[in-house]
Amino acid sequence: MTAAPSRAARSEDMQVVKLRHWGRLAGAIVAVAVVAALLYVLVTSPNVDWGTVGSYLGDPAILSGVLVTLELTVLAMVIGILLGTLLAVMRLSKNPVLRTVSAGYVWFIRSIPQLVQILFWYNIALFIPVIAIGGMRVSTNHVVTPIVAATLGLGLNEAAYMSEIVRAGILSIDRGQTEAASALGYRPGQIMGRIVLPQAMRVIIPPTSNEVIGMLKATSLVSVIGAADLLTHAQSISSANFKVIELLLVASFWYIVATTVASIGQHYLEKRYRWSVAPGGGRSFLSRLTGRRPVVRPEKTA
Amino acid sequence: MTGRNEETRGTASPMVEAIGVRKSYGNVEVLSGVDFVANAGEVTCILGPSGGGKSTFLRCINHLERIDGGALYVDGELVGYRRQGNRLYEMKERETAERRSRIGMVFQQFNLFAHMTVLTNAIDPQVRVKGRPVQEARRRAEELLERVGLAEKRDMYPRQLSGGQQQRAAIARALAMDPDLMLFDEPTSALDPELVGEVLAVMKDLARSGMTMIVVTHEMSFAREVADRVAFFDGGLLVESGAPGEFFSNPRTERARAFLRRVM
Ligand SMILES: Nc1ncnc2c1ncn2[C@@H]1O[C@H](COP(=O)(O)OP(=O)(O)OP(=O)(O)O)[C@@H](O)[C@H]1O
Ligand SMILES: [Mg+2]
Repeated sequence: MTAAPSRAARSEDMQVVKLRHWGRLAGAIVAVAVVAALLYVLVTSPNVDWGTVGSYLGDPAILSGVLVTLELTVLAMVIGILLGTLLAVMRLSKNPVLRTVSAGYVWFIRSIPQLVQILFWYNIALFIPVIAIGGMRVSTNHVVTPIVAATLGLGLNEAAYMSEIVRAGILSIDRGQTEAASALGYRPGQIMGRIVLPQAMRVIIPPTSNEVIGMLKATSLVSVIGAADLLTHAQSISSANFKVIELLLVASFWYIVATTVASIGQHYLEKRYRWSVAPGGGRSFLSRLTGRRPVVRPEKTA
Repeated sequence: MTGRNEETRGTASPMVEAIGVRKSYGNVEVLSGVDFVANAGEVTCILGPSGGGKSTFLRCINHLERIDGGALYVDGELVGYRRQGNRLYEMKERETAERRSRIGMVFQQFNLFAHMTVLTNAIDPQVRVKGRPVQEARRRAEELLERVGLAEKRDMYPRQLSGGQQQRAAIARALAMDPDLMLFDEPTSALDPELVGEVLAVMKDLARSGMTMIVVTHEMSFAREVADRVAFFDGGLLVESGAPGEFFSNPRTERARAFLRRVM
């Protein structure tokens, strides 16, 4: 141990020694070793035919399955976000009827497993065989194709969860914002749309990205009704050639690609909504790495 | 206890008139029959101990709070209600919003919109609420930011400003709506002492320009210097009101005397 520095020592003479994080380094080494070992086992396994994996990565059936998975994800999330926002606003309204309807919906949907909901929509023709609108009558099975059943099952379920996310976002905004807007004469719809929701986005986006990523994989549930998604195609191929592990690896590859892209999208979206933080708070990853501060708008001298 | 305004200046007409206004939260009566008048073109300061109902009363004036009894008129019109014969019908949010847009309000906590720059804060309400063309709204906003000394800060976000700057921006935002009446609820109470002066200066300037102002404040020197009338609230009642010189030097009620002993 060193003695206390003499008081005479001037600060310019001293050198700053940053705290060294030995624990982090050790942790990184262990993590890399574990991952390398797992990869080694997988890659060298005599039971995995890597040639097959490679040849099916770009298979047209697999690619069309990827497309359907992406479509389902987007449609279900659009339904989930729009209906979820509506449910959240209803839940927070002064109108007791709207509040109750919203709470009832969320309770009901969350009580039923997602797989059951998908099967329910798929089989809805069993108890509503014909849809009649005005004079038009169509067979329910014509309208509710597997894709429609999958979209409804996933989207309506998602709305219940999204409504809680949006509600949390709305509640995170200080009441003063709403009061100031009311005092200025904004109408209730404008207050929600112009003032509260845009600010709530910062709180809403991270869990919503989580939901998108969850949805990408939840779409695989629809393989039970043969909705032509990625897993449906992978399974139908492997049931013919018995390369089960290989095709699951092919499917996993594409799920990883999709979730990676979604995560990158999340990063950029969050950056866009990083207004109103303290000066210097909205810095990009690059500027944090390089330590360069963003250029602050020079003040005009009047 | 005094009645309603015993002496108004010249031919002043009432901008705000409250008659027996009552307001309760649950079982607790917060306003127990407030009679109050604020004249057009005058500055009225509302003083009184904490919990006396000052903020509540101010919020009733622009119907942020609903009143449970009595009547409240702004510029001769009932606030939040329409009268037909002997009945008062509560107005739709839409109609209330239209009337509110003619009353500016400045809050203790500033409440600038956090996701908008200072300039956008002052433009957006003009465009969304008043339907002004954006260019015109922009000119008006720039003019008012200049007036409160924030011309160079207009592209900053609220959190990048000091409290005093935020409060001046909030005043500019309210003024951009060209209100007939400005309400201030302890506009300097959340500020560091050295920032109070810049906000009070803007308010004095506004008072000189003839704006009708109702100011809830604990700044006794401001009330003494700027107010045309002071109204003293305690226990949910307007206990005493009058010209500031008279009120400060010779309060008539024991409650006002006790309050002044504590704060002066
Ligand atoms: N939303 C509310 N719900 C219940 N009680 C409330 C509510 N708002 C205010 N009160 C009560 O009403 C009374 C008057 O409050 P008000 O804010 O009007 O006082 P004030 O005179 O402005 O005080 P201060 O000087 O501390 O701001 C207080 O006792 C307060 O606790
Ligand atoms: Mg108050």
